[in-house]
Amino acid sequence: MMKKNILALLLTTALSGGAQAETVFVTLEKDNALAVVDPIAAQLIKTVDIGSRPRGIAISPDHKFLYVAVSDENTIKIIDAETLKEVGKLPSGDDPETFALNPAGDRLYVSNEDDSLVTVIDINNKKAIKQIKVGVEPEGIAVSPDNQWVVSASETTNMVHWIDTKANAIVDNTLVDPRPRALGFTADSQQLWVTSEMAGTLMIIDVKTRQIIKTVKFDVQGVTADKIQPVGVVIDKERKRGYVALGPANRVAVINAETFAVEKYLLVGQRVWNLAFSPDQKRLYTTNGTSNDISLIDLDSQAVTKSMGVGTYPWGVAVKP
Amino acid sequence: MMQGISSLTQLAISFLSVIQLLAITPTYADAKQIITIAYLSQELKIPPPLSNLDVFIKDKGVPGAQLAIDDNNTTGQFTGQQFVLKKFIVPLDGNVADTFNKAIGEQYPYVVVNLSAELTQTIADLPAAKTKLLFDAATVDDALRNENCRNNVLHLLPSRAMRADALAQYMMKKRWNKWFLVIGANEEDRLFAEALRRAAKRFGMKIVEEKTWEHTYDARRTAQSDVAVFTQVDDYDVLVVADEQGQFGEYLEYRTWNARPVIGTQGLAATAWHPTHEQWGAVQMQNRFKEQAGRWMEEQDYGAYLAIRAIGEAATRTQSNDINTLKNYLFSEAFALQGYKGTPLSFRPWDGQLRQPLLLAAPRSLVAVAPIDGFLHPKTELDTLGFDQPESTCKWSK
Repeated sequence: MMKKNILALLLTTALSGGAQAETVFVTLEKDNALAVVDPIAAQLIKTVDIGSRPRGIAISPDHKFLYVAVSDENTIKIIDAETLKEVGKLPSGDDPETFALNPAGDRLYVSNEDDSLVTVIDINNKKAIKQIKVGVEPEGIAVSPDNQWVVSASETTNMVHWIDTKANAIVDNTLVDPRPRALGFTADSQQLWVTSEMAGTLMIIDVKTRQIIKTVKFDVQGVTADKIQPVGVVIDKERKRGYVALGPANRVAVINAETFAVEKYLLVGQRVWNLAFSPDQKRLYTTNGTSNDISLIDLDSQAVTKSMGVGTYPWGVAVKP
Repeated sequence: MMQGISSLTQLAISFLSVIQLLAITPTYADAKQIITIAYLSQELKIPPPLSNLDVFIKDKGVPGAQLAIDDNNTTGQFTGQQFVLKKFIVPLDGNVADTFNKAIGEQYPYVVVNLSAELTQTIADLPAAKTKLLFDAATVDDALRNENCRNNVLHLLPSRAMRADALAQYMMKKRWNKWFLVIGANEEDRLFAEALRRAAKRFGMKIVEEKTWEHTYDARRTAQSDVAVFTQVDDYDVLVVADEQGQFGEYLEYRTWNARPVIGTQGLAATAWHPTHEQWGAVQMQNRFKEQAGRWMEEQDYGAYLAIRAIGEAATRTQSNDINTLKNYLFSEAFALQGYKGTPLSFRPWDGQLRQPLLLAAPRSLVAVAPIDGFLHPKTELDTLGFDQPESTCKWSK
């Protein structure tokens, strides 16, 4: 016991010594609030009211603004990342949930699930400039780091739609496993990783050909297949490892990004949904919907080192350096 | 880097078959492939009102079919396919077989059938049906899936046996081992009681008392006196009721001589779909349906929705409208239908029944989803519900 405490203390010291002070923002779907966390000190700094049913969250490339989809108010709010005050609203269309920013930070792409649309928003002018028809129940959405593609996944159509960012139009589609949920590009924009909630799989798509080159099936010992519902997916900058949140399986899968082998499953909180790296990519944060906490995964040791209570139904996560 | 590329190539080769299956034609394909689907149903006689709470719905199934065809076509716009639905609603005094023979004709290889078990059987046996694939979106009849099964019929809704097994699993988990079985006077009630007896035997439950309801169906009289007297039997854990039309089952709860829960067709019921179901994206489905139909989704709507989505899924994945190609795909291991139940749905190759979880629901609360945790099966837990392959008496050659 004593030893463990000392170890924990050492670890904490080591982490706080080595890490930049960063701030983690977590949307709390049922508290209608935003949790502000100091992850290194493992402290909930404060909780601020944000509006009805906040879900998707992103931070601008200059880290000055947070964008929060406030689903029941049918808008995406712009929040000053320092003062946490609302400074504007974006016309997101109905019931915004997930959205993606382009690398320049001047376009925001929103999935409108009930209307089978993707809305393109010009952030500077706070205007919707285009609505693109996609498949039924669009959910996951991502912009490629080279800004060539916006990809939208339709949960019921079982497709990812490739939208050319210049034309704002679909130019290709790839059929994937049932109920695709989340998407993540590799930093080199060569691969798109797609999770299928219902098949319990991760598909790796080659961006050039837009074809699936590998399907990874998750299988956790002692967990029934129906509980393995892959959602959030992120890949590190070096394309060494990818991480997939497995929902009610309460685990994050660690995938070797070269061989696509699953290296391990890390036990986190309950119904783990979304993931975000620390700016230096030494840590990974997970939102655990039904245990009301977030977990910190130390990526050097590939181990869960902390969990922090944040509030009811943590949904989305964004990190500010 | 070179190594990376070559391993990638190897991967690409080893997954060539997958790719071929998944490869689709580019967007905005000029030549549309048309998939025509017929929907066959007959008008229903308005039954005497049993409760003022339940409004008679005359179009059960139709909005479900409509929503599915819209979903298929949303997908089809990206795959160069167009799905066409034509509805044939036979009047009360009309002849369903005539409509099938004359109106539906050869241009509709896929027919969604929302009819009674008897009429479904009649249609399936018509010579004109032999070259078609019928999607039964309404019946729960076990005989249609066993001794009367036909190789041109797929069943979308769970059978009585699946429902009874789902309830039995829950009762076993709750250790409600001693059942008091109460059966209505109709043939359907007798069949459901049969399924319940089978389930009791399968899961080691005991039916300690069995009675047929022979009292009136008048709420005032029944509620006050008859139920208390009727339920004075030897001790039991749970009252299991078989009353498919809902003629008296609602009166049992809170009125039994001993304080016991009610389960079966009323109280806690096993169903394919329910307004309280919200998990696994179901809330989106409920919202989309309500917006379009102006009412809650009924089981037949769900059945018709799944039928047409199954056709859509098979046509999209195979890029074909050929009936044999689609039929092969529907029965293949690759087929995985998204039915808002957290697990892919598929057809049992031995009787054409759609495998699916069942919802165990009280009127305003979803209590459990079967298969209940812990009921295991070597292939899929879904096959703990209903007639498994070794038990099936279906012979496709008929």
